Formats: sequence, C-alpha cells, structure tokens
Amino acid sequence: MTPRMTKFVLAISAPLLALAAAFVITSIVLAAAGDPVLDVWKQILSMPERRNVANIIDNAMVLYLSGLAAAVGFRMNLFNIGVDGQYRIAAFTAAVVAGEAWLPGYLNTALAIICAMAVGAVWAGIAGVLRATRGVSEVISTIMLNAIATALVAYLLRKASVRVEGSNAIGTKVIPEGSRIPNISIGSGPGQEIYGFVVIVVLVGFLYWFVLNKTRFGFNLRATGRSTTAATASGINITRMVVLAMLISGAVAGLVGLPILFGDSYQYGSTFQSGLGFAGIAIALLGRNHPIGVAVGALLFAFLNEQSNPLQILVGVSPDIVAITQGTIVLTVVISYEIVRRYGVRLEQQAVAKALVPEPREPEEANA
Amino acid sequence: MTSTVEEPAAEAQAGEVAVRLRGIGKRFPGVIANDDINIDVRRGTIHAIVGENGAGKSTLMKILYGVQPPDSGTIEINGEQVTLHSPADAIKAGVGMVFQHFMLADNFTVLENVVLGAEKLHGIGAEARAEVMRISDAYGLDIEPDRLVEELGVGARQRVEILKVLYRGARIVILDEPTAVLVPQEVDELFGNLRGLKKEGLSVIFISHKLDEVLRVADEITVIRRGTTVRTVTPDQVTARQLAELMVGSELPSPSTETSTVTDEVLLSVKHLSLPGPESRPLLDDISFDIHKGEVLGIAGVEGNGQAELVESIMGMRPGATGTIELTGTDLSSQSTRERRDGGIGYIPEDRHRHGLLLDAPLWENRVLGHQDRPPSAKGILIDKRAARADTERIIAEYDVRTPGPDVLARALSGGNQQKLIVGREMSSDPILLIAAHPTRGVDVGAQAAIWTHIKTARRKGLAVLLISADLDELIGLSDRIEVILRGRLVGTFDPDDVTPEQLGSAMTGAGE
Amino acid sequence: MSTPATTAPPPVVAPPPTTRRIPIWAMIAAVPALLLFLAVLENVTGAHDLTSSGTIAATLVATTPIMLAGLGGLWSERSGVVNIGLEGMMILGTYGAGYFGYHYGAWAGVLGAIMMGMIGGLLHAIATVIFGVDHIISGVAINIIALGAVQYLASNTFVGLPGGGSTQSPKIPDVPTITIDSLSNKLGDIEDNDTFFISQLASLLRALCTNLSSLVLISLGLLILTWFVLWRTSFGLRLRSCGESPVAAESLGVHVLRYKFVAVLVSGGLAGLGGGVLAMVASSNYRDGQTGGRGYIGLAAMIFGNWRPGGLLVGSGLFGYTETLGLRQGGTSVHALLLAVAVLALALALNQLRHGDRLAAVVIGVVGIGLGVVYFLIDEVPGDFTRMTPYVITLIVLAFASQRLRMPAADGQIYRKGSAG
Repeated sequence: MTPRMTKFVLAISAPLLALAAAFVITSIVLAAAGDPVLDVWKQILSMPERRNVANIIDNAMVLYLSGLAAAVGFRMNLFNIGVDGQYRIAAFTAAVVAGEAWLPGYLNTALAIICAMAVGAVWAGIAGVLRATRGVSEVISTIMLNAIATALVAYLLRKASVRVEGSNAIGTKVIPEGSRIPNISIGSGPGQEIYGFVVIVVLVGFLYWFVLNKTRFGFNLRATGRSTTAATASGINITRMVVLAMLISGAVAGLVGLPILFGDSYQYGSTFQSGLGFAGIAIALLGRNHPIGVAVGALLFAFLNEQSNPLQILVGVSPDIVAITQGTIVLTVVISYEIVRRYGVRLEQQAVAKALVPEPREPEEANA
Repeated sequence: MTSTVEEPAAEAQAGEVAVRLRGIGKRFPGVIANDDINIDVRRGTIHAIVGENGAGKSTLMKILYGVQPPDSGTIEINGEQVTLHSPADAIKAGVGMVFQHFMLADNFTVLENVVLGAEKLHGIGAEARAEVMRISDAYGLDIEPDRLVEELGVGARQRVEILKVLYRGARIVILDEPTAVLVPQEVDELFGNLRGLKKEGLSVIFISHKLDEVLRVADEITVIRRGTTVRTVTPDQVTARQLAELMVGSELPSPSTETSTVTDEVLLSVKHLSLPGPESRPLLDDISFDIHKGEVLGIAGVEGNGQAELVESIMGMRPGATGTIELTGTDLSSQSTRERRDGGIGYIPEDRHRHGLLLDAPLWENRVLGHQDRPPSAKGILIDKRAARADTERIIAEYDVRTPGPDVLARALSGGNQQKLIVGREMSSDPILLIAAHPTRGVDVGAQAAIWTHIKTARRKGLAVLLISADLDELIGLSDRIEVILRGRLVGTFDPDDVTPEQLGSAMTGAGE
Repeated sequence: MSTPATTAPPPVVAPPPTTRRIPIWAMIAAVPALLLFLAVLENVTGAHDLTSSGTIAATLVATTPIMLAGLGGLWSERSGVVNIGLEGMMILGTYGAGYFGYHYGAWAGVLGAIMMGMIGGLLHAIATVIFGVDHIISGVAINIIALGAVQYLASNTFVGLPGGGSTQSPKIPDVPTITIDSLSNKLGDIEDNDTFFISQLASLLRALCTNLSSLVLISLGLLILTWFVLWRTSFGLRLRSCGESPVAAESLGVHVLRYKFVAVLVSGGLAGLGGGVLAMVASSNYRDGQTGGRGYIGLAAMIFGNWRPGGLLVGSGLFGYTETLGLRQGGTSVHALLLAVAVLALALALNQLRHGDRLAAVVIGVVGIGLGVVYFLIDEVPGDFTRMTPYVITLIVLAFASQRLRMPAADGQIYRKGSAG
C-alpha cells in the first residue's frame, strides 16, 4: 500500500470502528431492555422519504454549525462547553433585532446575523478573557455562563416578548416577511424544502477550512493547540490566541440557532430548540475537527434523530435510545481514534527506521 | 559487539555480588535500546554506569527497577534470580531508585512523600515520623518531616528521595544522574552521604556522564555504548580521557576553533540585565556582555544557574527582566518574541520537544514554526505550503536529516535528526544572531559533528552566536570567548585557547571565590 | 483536561506562599457569626425570611444534593480525574431512586440511586482510566448518555404505573425523618419571639430537630467520613498521591490506575446518592430534568471550596441558600442579600487593594457600588436573577480567587501505566 493509501485507510477505519462499536452497544441495551432490536434498526436504517431528507438536512445544518464552533476551540485545545448558552443568547438577540426591523429587507437580516455573531463572540469571549488573564479553566466558566445565559434569556424574553397567538407560549416579535430567508425546494411535494441558510452554512464551513489550513493565523492557532510551549518559543502570543479562538468559536456558535430562526420559527420563543451545544462537541469529535468530517458527523446525527422519531409509534420503543447511541459514539470515536493513531505512529516509526541505516538509540519518549 | 565483563583485580577485598545482570536486551519498535548487558554490582560498593546520552543507561535502570520488563536476559539479586513486574517487586527485592527528575508530590509534606506506598511499615503517623527522624539522623540527611516539599531546595529534595529509598529498607540504591541539578557543595554532601551508605554495606548504582565525578566517587565503573556493556574498570585503571573514549568508541571528536572571525561590530549588547526571583535571590543579577559579528560567546555553568532565564529574557519569552538588550543598536525591550525573531535572531532551544517542535505535525509544518510570516513559509496572510515543503526538502538534504520525506511527523524522527532539522530551520532565515542552548545534547556523535560544522560555517559568514552548553569540550572548541555563569551572575571571562576544563569547572562551582 | 498553560514556565524553585488552612475552631465559630450577620441584615432590611427555620430547613435539603455531587467531584479529582459527568451520574441516581424506591421501598431506592450513579462512574472510569479518553470528553459523553438512558428507561418502566409516565415515576416512599417534638415546639416559641439573634439561633436549632431527613444526616456523615478516609488513612494518602503526582506514586509501587478507578466509582456513587436525595427528599418521585444542572453546581462548589471537604460544605451551603431564597418569596430576600453582597464586595475590594491586586480591587469595588445602587433603586429582584446568583458568584470567585485555589497538581492529566522513570 502506498503511504497515502495507508493514511486514508487509517483515517476512515477509526470512525467506522466507532460506529460499529456504538451499534453493538446500543443493540445490547435494547436487547437487555427487552425491546425488538431488529425492528428498531430496520426503522432507523430504512430509506428516508424526501420529506425526511429535508428535515435531516435542516437539522444537520444546525448541528454542523454547533460542531464547527466546538471544533475551533478543539483545534486550540480549548473546550468551549458553552456553545449552548452562546447560541441561545445570540439567537434571542437576532430575533429581537430582526423583529424590530430597523432596516429594510435583507439589510435587516444581515444586521441580525452580525449582532448574533457579536453576542455569541462576547459571551464566549468572557471565558476567553478569564482563561487568558486569570487562568480560569474555560470548561468551568463556560458551564457557568451557560446557566447564566439561560436565566438571562428567560428574563429578557419576558421583558421583550409578545404573546403568541392562540397559545400560552411567549416569543419575540415575528420577523417581517421581507427579512426571512426563503427555503430552497428539493422536491415537489409539501415539506420538501430546506433552509435557505444552507448557503451561509456552506460558506462558514469553507471559511473554517480556509482560515485554519491555509492562513498564517490558522497555523498559529493549530500550533498553539499542539504545543503551547513551542508556540511561545516561535513567537506566538498565546494570550491573544486564546481570546481570539474563543471569540471565533463564540461567533460561529452565534449562528447555530439562526437557520431555524430565519427559515422556520421567525421568532424566538420559550419553545426554541435547546441542547444543540453538547451535540456539537460530539459531532466535532466524530468529524475529527475536519470541515468535511464534521459535516458527515452532523448528517449522521441528524439522520439518527429523524429516523428514530417514529420509533414510538411504529415499534413502541422510546426514541431516546438514539441519545444512548450518540453518547456512545462520542466515547468509542475517541477511543478508536487513539488506538488507530498509536498504530499509525508505530507504522511510521517502523517505516522511518526501515528506510534508514538502523542506528541503536533510545526511543523518544512517545508521550513526553 | 564485544561484551566481556572484565573481572576487576579488586575482587578479593570486595563483597559478594548484590546485583548480577546477564544478557539483558530490550527493543522498541525500530530501535534496540539494550543488547546483551552484563554487569556485576558488589555489596558495599559504589558502582558507576557511564555512557553517552542515548546509550541505553536509563532503559537499563528502568528494567532493574521493574518499570519496564526486559525482552531477554536475567536479573539476579543477592544470588537469586528475580522477575520484576513493577517497582513494587523491585522494592520488595530491596532495590530503590532515586530518579533524575524527582518523584515527589509538591503539595505533600516530606513525611507523606516518604511513607507513601510504604504505609504498612510504620503507618502514616507518629511511628513513621520517628522512623524518618531515626534514618535522617543515622545518615545525616537533615530532614524536616512536616515541611511541604514545594518549600524545599533541590539538595533537600534529593535527600528526601534518598530517605524514601532507605525507609523502604533498600539495600541496593540506584541514582540516575544525581548531580545534574546540584551545585558543587551539594555534590560533595551527596558523595559524603553515598560513602555513608557504602559503609553500612549498601550497594549504590550511580549513573552519570560526568566522568570526573564518577572517577571521584565510584569503586567500579561500567561503560555502556550503543546499548551494550563495553568494559568494567576501576578508577585507578583509567583517566577521564580514556573513559570518554570508551564511551564514544573512537577517538573523541572535539570541535576545534579556527582562526578568529571576530569583528569590531557589536551585534548583541546586554546591559545590567536582572530578573527578580520568587525568593530574595534574583534569577539573573546584573548581567552585561557584548557579542560581536562573527563571534561565538560561550556561557558555561552548572545547570539551573540562570542560563534558561537568560535565553528566555533575550528571546522575550519571560517578562519581568530589567536592564537593556540591544540588537544592532535597536532596543528590544518593547518587542515581542515574534518581532525579535523577525529581527534576525535564530533560536535552538534547550528542550526541543517542549520548545522546538510540534511533535504531531509533519516536518514541513515544523519548518514553518517560528517563521510564519516570512517567505518561503508565508505569502501574504497565507501559509505557502508548496514553498515550505520545498525548503524542507532542502534542509533535509543539506543538513542530512534522515527521513523518508517532509510529510513524516516530527515524533517519528530520532533525537539527532530532530535537532538537525531545528538547526537547519533556524539557519535558513539567515539570522544575524543565533542563540543555541545545548545544541548537541542527546544527539548522536555524527549529528554532533555536523551541527558543529554548521555553526562554524555560519560564524565565518559573520553570524554571532550565544552558545549555552554543559559540555565543556564543546564550549572550549567552539567559543571565541567564554563567560561563566553562577547563581545568575557572570563570574569570570576565559579565553578558550588557554583554559582547561578543570579551570572552567572550578569557576562554575565557585571554587575560586 | 488538556489545557495549554498561559503563564510563563515555572521557575526552577518557586515555592508559592503556602495558604494557611482555616483552623477548626474558626469554622465552628463562623456559624454563629454568620447568623449574627444575617440577624443584623434582617433588622436593617426587614426581610424576615432570611433565617426562619423553614428557610434553614429548606436550605439543608437544597444543600445536600449539591454537597454530595461535590463530594463525588472531590473523590474523583483528588485522584486526578476531572469529572464533569457528575451531572449525568446524578441523573442516573434520580432514576435509580425512582425505580428501586417504588418497587422495593425507600432504602432500596437509596441503594438504587447509589448503584445507578456507580454505573455512570464505571463508564467514566473505563473511558478515562483504562482507555485514556480525555476526562472532559468522557464527562460530556456520559451526560448525553445518562440523559438519554433515563428517558429511555423511564418510558420503558414507568409508563402505565399509577402516577407514572415517560417523564416521571410514581410517588416513592421517603426515608424516615427525625423530629424531637418537645424541643421543636419550644424552639418554635423562641423563634416567634423575634428576639435579636436568639430567635435566629433558635430557628437554626429548630430546623435541625424538626423533620430532619435521615439522608441529610447520612450525607453529612459521608462528608466527615470522606475527610477521614482521604486525609487520615493510608488509602487516602495513596489516592491523593495519584492526583498530585501519579509518576511518584507509581514509582513507589502504588497501583495508580486501580486507585483512580476506585475513586471514580465512589465518585459516581456519591453523585448518584445526590440524585437520590433530589428524588426522595427534595421531591417525592423521579422527574425528567430534576437535576437542573446541580452536578455542575456541585463541581463549582468543590472548586469554590478549594478541593477540600470543609470548603466544599461552605460552597454547597451558599448555593443551597441562594436556591432556597429563590424559591421562598425570593424577591425580597435576595434584595436584602444584595445589600450584604455590596458591603462584602467593598470590604473585599479594600482587602485586594491591600494585597496589591489593583485590577481586582477596582473591578470588585465597582461591582459592590453597582449592587448598592441597584439595592436602593429596586424593591425586588426578579426570579431569573436569583437563579443566576450562584453561577455569577462562582465566576467571580474563579476570576478573583483562582490564584489562591490549589487544585491537585496532576488533575485532569491522562496517566498511562509505565510513565514512571
């Protein structure tokens, strides 16, 4: 096998191994609980209809943004656990701004998007600044900020809300028609449309790839993630990088709720979808922080979500079983990547040793 | 490779064999760390094991202390063959180890550190404290059991380590490079302690590459080269020079300076550089020196006397220093590390794994590191991958980096090849000043010679070099001038043409004060 | 956790000033001192629920689950494993209490909660200790799995039972409570007398002898037991050594991975018990979303308490108290506390200024003045802000006292066997 081929096979085998393991573990749980294992998988793995495909893509968009937000942090060895809080406070801001409609048409939309990114960035930036200047672990501070964001949004929503017609739920003012982002049709029937926001999502994915892999800034960010000490010695200002990385992560997180806001709900209400942040962490891990990998991970999670929906009706099994599968994937994917990585390093060391005159020496401390 | 254990003449007086290693072998993927090691350590003696960095000493000691199992060979302790699966087994067999990097929990008290893992002996309370004090008094270790380890100095920490070993009733004590971090008085104290142990009938295995120390304290010396035992000798049979040649396996390569290329042009000017320390003693104390174009300034000193702080202050990596640093007349104080690098400073760091490389990145990305905003690494705000790769290929060829190509991860290379890559990288931007901290530490002899050649070539072209090294031969061979650093101060200037390692050594230890 | 250090490399020998530990007598004296402070505050502001026996009793109940989660965190982190999976383990505990409590009685519910929590701990231990998965990642995964698992299990086991459903269990029996009637009544009289300080003291004692849940007592016992085991036995010494310097521990023959494994298991059990207390004492059945992030708060309380049992108790007490005030006509009580916090903040600012940390002094001082202004501007604090309080306090503590905090030196690092030497 050529080295390129080997690399590719290794890269592919890790997630496949993880999926297989998660599949087996879920099956064991199902069997232990006395649920019909085969029927469950038959439903989940069945061919989705066009309408479901649209739902999967819509859901995947949101998860993809959440995954990218986490991935920016991961590339720097930062854990942005706070995507959850960041996207909620940002989506709320965007809903208020767009609902007020200070600007006409798409200018209004653009302003709302920018505000959302800014608010998300600021919320994550608090954690970044605390980390960079006071040494506070971003894991703990973002957890705290999540809870604060939840309470803050609840308070502000009550202040800024209008009652939704015909229900007890409250929400922000509805975004005017001219500022909504039209859906794109992928079929002829009803419900066969995906969010027009998809354009922005793809753009964000491209920018993520371009900035991280092609620019000096991206190099600095990745170098800092790999070794802060070497990065410092090479002249990178770590403090600045920590704050910047959190700001970017937060700005991307600020986009997470927007496909729904501009393509479906048109307002932020007490029923706005929550819990997208933690899924993003799982998806970023599954996709190895790679823009395409994260996209595949997001589609997979969205697929599992959509296909498990009718489980209760069809086979009488709670769709929550999918959460077990998804959580298990997070663990198995990390374990299998580690196993494959060690195997790969061994292979490469042997290749290096074989290619050269053998010289006895002590091994470099593999994990130093 | 021959591997006979010469039976020393002194056998008649010495005690019986406490440790007998026969045919020990250990392989790692692609590397043979130990191959057919044979050593006899007699009871009541200090047995030194010497060898170059990377010769296999540490692996051997890990095997003897049960950290790693050998692939082949046998270990006999007091005449009984043993299999050591873990340090616990080694401790049970009476083997204790004092590691080079202290194995102490800083936030624990001395007592807690000592009793940890040996609570069954005397509990963790008053009885244990009494036993610690008894041992401390018996061997003159001067231990305060209730102080936190983080409050202790280096010498005291080492005594705690020794006490830990004795507390467990060890009769065979291994010390791995124990003097590396000590100042001379502490070395003398340590040797006094070791002789005390010997008198009590304990066996001491002393690992070192400092030959004068070995000759001073050891009863027998075993030389290891390329993973195998070369010879066992007694100190009266050999000189330091002969011992060194045994270690290296051939005539010792020593760098020789050529005609001076020093010019009048001052390139780096350091004036009154001070750095306050955590306690009253400053880390750097009023350091002033100039380096001229085409000059190599060597800094000699025992490790931990301010060398790292000096380098990091000049590089702008350590805030808090006072005084001025000027490069070609420009004040550096307000410049960031990046600006200083771009201004023409090349940097070969002391610890290449921590400061020099991204171990899990390919070689070409390591080529970019530290040169992110200069061609050929960068084009505008973008990283120029193609040019960076091409330039990596050039470095690989010119500096003889042994690798299949520029896409291999840095981790996969041997230490010497990693170092050659770093030297090549730092030279490739045509620096005007090179700061080289231990540039040949832990690299094989071939790479060492190559690195020396490169430094000399660059010096001829007008490069100024600040060379920090613990290898006195290297310092004398490469430098145009040597400054000795002791406790953060420059304490003497020497001309390498008429200084001996002994003279430098006594200046480094403050013996001349 | 794999966190890039942002500070300069540590100097060779840099003994930081040793933080003096607070002596036991001072801790005991702190309770009446605090009561006195609150008594003054009640008099000044007229908020009368700050120290009522009802408030104190509710605080005890609210504090216990947080403290147990924090204790779980303490065991785990003292052995060097960061555990943000506490939330998930608590969730598992609430289900365990619901299922086993309903079917087999109250004490079986307690055991069930502990057992379910330990299953979460087992998962975390396998992932982090055996497979070397990053502790945070494993914790996040466990929180996802646990939430899905209990929802799945609840719809499998509670649907169709009387009062049960996919989001809640049937009513479960409570563990016995302790009441000393005669004393309780007398103390009640004193409390109602409204004598300065004496009433407050009486209400504290009354809360302790009226309907005190045996689980609350047991939990306090576990706190003391934890202190004893971790700091006074050789087992504890070894366990803590794994968190401070696993390399040193292994070089001395300590089976590091084994101790970490046990510690994480115990951690899961304690967090699970915390979930059990939520379901059985604070409520009377398992409900979906019952934990409400208390696992995270427990972790915060532990950090607040500087990784020590005493501090942990203070931290969880603080969280429990604010939570209680938020529930009981919180608006006015929290409003009263605003004044207290404003005064404390100004005092703290002066203290920081004395220690030379000018930035902290200014920030805290401005916050203090701001709170004081807010106190006089509004009459009642909205409930959402009450809910926020503990989190904001934790952030402020982390931001301004993090230099004083001393976490286990090797906390969060992945350890592989054979790293010694």
